[in-house]
Amino acid sequence: MRFMDCNRMAGGTLSRAPGRTFMMLLATAISVAAVLVLTSLGEAARRYVTDEFRSLGTNLLIVMPGRSETSGMGPGSFISETNRDLTLDDVRAVRRSPNIELAAPVIVGAVAVNRAGLEREVTVFGTIEEFREIRQWTMEIGEFLPNVGMDRAAPLCVVGATIRDELFGNEPPIGQWLRVGDRRCRVTGVLAEQGTAVMIDVDEAVLIPVVMAQQLFNSPGLFRIIMQATSRDSMDAAKRDARRIITERHYGEEDFTVVTQDAVLSTFDGIFGNLTRALAGIASISLVVAGVLIMNVMLVSVSQRTAEVGLLKALGATRQQVIALFLTEALFLASLGGILGIGVGYGVIAVLRGAYPELDFVPPLWAVGGALVTAAACGLFFGILPARRAADLDPIVALTGR
Amino acid sequence: MIKLRDLCRNFQVGTETVHALDHVTFDIPDGEYVSIMGPSGSGKSTLLNILGLMDRPSSGTYTLDGVDTSTMTDNELAETRQQQIGFVFQSFHLVPRLTAFENVELPMVLAGDMPSERRERGLQALDGVGLGHRSDHRPSQLSGGERQRVAIARAMVMQPKLLLADEPTGNLDTHSGREIVRIIEQLNSDGLTLLVVTHDPAIGGRASRQLKFIDGRLDQDQRQRESAA
Repeated sequence: MRFMDCNRMAGGTLSRAPGRTFMMLLATAISVAAVLVLTSLGEAARRYVTDEFRSLGTNLLIVMPGRSETSGMGPGSFISETNRDLTLDDVRAVRRSPNIELAAPVIVGAVAVNRAGLEREVTVFGTIEEFREIRQWTMEIGEFLPNVGMDRAAPLCVVGATIRDELFGNEPPIGQWLRVGDRRCRVTGVLAEQGTAVMIDVDEAVLIPVVMAQQLFNSPGLFRIIMQATSRDSMDAAKRDARRIITERHYGEEDFTVVTQDAVLSTFDGIFGNLTRALAGIASISLVVAGVLIMNVMLVSVSQRTAEVGLLKALGATRQQVIALFLTEALFLASLGGILGIGVGYGVIAVLRGAYPELDFVPPLWAVGGALVTAAACGLFFGILPARRAADLDPIVALTGR
Repeated sequence: MIKLRDLCRNFQVGTETVHALDHVTFDIPDGEYVSIMGPSGSGKSTLLNILGLMDRPSSGTYTLDGVDTSTMTDNELAETRQQQIGFVFQSFHLVPRLTAFENVELPMVLAGDMPSERRERGLQALDGVGLGHRSDHRPSQLSGGERQRVAIARAMVMQPKLLLADEPTGNLDTHSGREIVRIIEQLNSDGLTLLVVTHDPAIGGRASRQLKFIDGRLDQDQRQRESAA
């Protein structure tokens, strides 16, 4: 039998039963579309999170207090270390490294701020001017804690755009007094609207000098030291320097952790990449379900077509030819359904893009190709049983069972 | 052409063994016109299935054109069916979704012939049964006699040496039946070996040789003197 004739015959049977064919196409199309939509969702989440981390700044290094390591009961545990706080002197020290361009301390806490009878619980950052430079924030008006440095608890503050709207309304905020906890600060500037960056809404924050934050929270310890390396190439050297300098200052104990932006980025990249692959796996279960459906419908169709199969055998069709015919049918259904599914999937994704323009829905190419190949493979695999059943039909029974 | 020796075919029905064919022995030379007759259950359909290579004997030998069929593989049997044997069935067995021409084309499609050659030979075969003008009709648009003629054209398109007809007139009125008989007898007189299974004595009686079966045994083997004359 010629290849084209096999295709023509299989296509002929499918077009003769449009209802049945449509149902099987639909099942395959929906499952392929599901793979596309789910993976594009995972991919969108991955892009969203990695973009967030990129927006933190460039060539970023972060020092956190505490060390991730396993400890337990042993001779050492009785003379064990206690984590020393990161201090402003640590910040001053790391600035001496030629590989570190900028370094800024950060203290974070929740404090009630009020002004003229309006009160609001806000996130307060204690920091210095360099923090703004590293984060590349721009000012809407005024200045960001001018000439504050790390020595003086100057009674100044900067507010985010939302705080300005809520507490000052239409009044000009510059030079106004704001009560932050039990302190009074004069507003020096308003940050331009930034939106959420890595789960922290800067628009809803109040920023005060780091020394004032130490007094306010009654603790010298820093939450983070944020540093910017001189260039991308000096990231590793900057990380090494920071570790060496702070370890020396902590009497040889490395009781802190230095992470680079790249490391964080690639961690999240990996997590969300795995998430996407897991979603693809879950969605491909529906492909298998579609395959089972194809198998069942084809089994019914084989029993409806016994006479025809018997005739083909009487006319000299070999077992292999009968199997080839039915497998071609299954393959047609699965791949046509797959192509339809890609169309449907992209349609749904276009709708999602309209609904959530901030997320970048793009199905990864491997998912598109994978879904097609899996659909075709499912069709072939689940076509084997019906095809074999047809090939095993006894031509005599098939022809006389009229 | 056909040589049967001690051919048996047993079926297991429950605990009982039914001898559908019981030590059948006969020869059919090339070009003979043979009718196989007998009451239902006499084994004539089983014999036809074995002769058509759709069933294998339980014991005994069936030699077709000098080849012992028991040595053939399934694919060789399929090829022999395709190349050497034509079938005509009582209920025609045309594929309803295909046109008359496409039905006739089917054996050539399975054989892998070129489309241009199929066109030529298919139309020729339809012309041979007087249906060249109806090649684009589907079976549902044809009368019973026309359907059986399409089936004959399909059986003959591979130019087999042996035509097996199982009650070819069983589903037809007398007039169409006579037409079908005329066509297959014409083919026989052109050299085709013809075997007709029937229980209509009027049809069976026309054959030059008549085999009568009872209970799976060959009961009578008669030659018609007048047609030999």
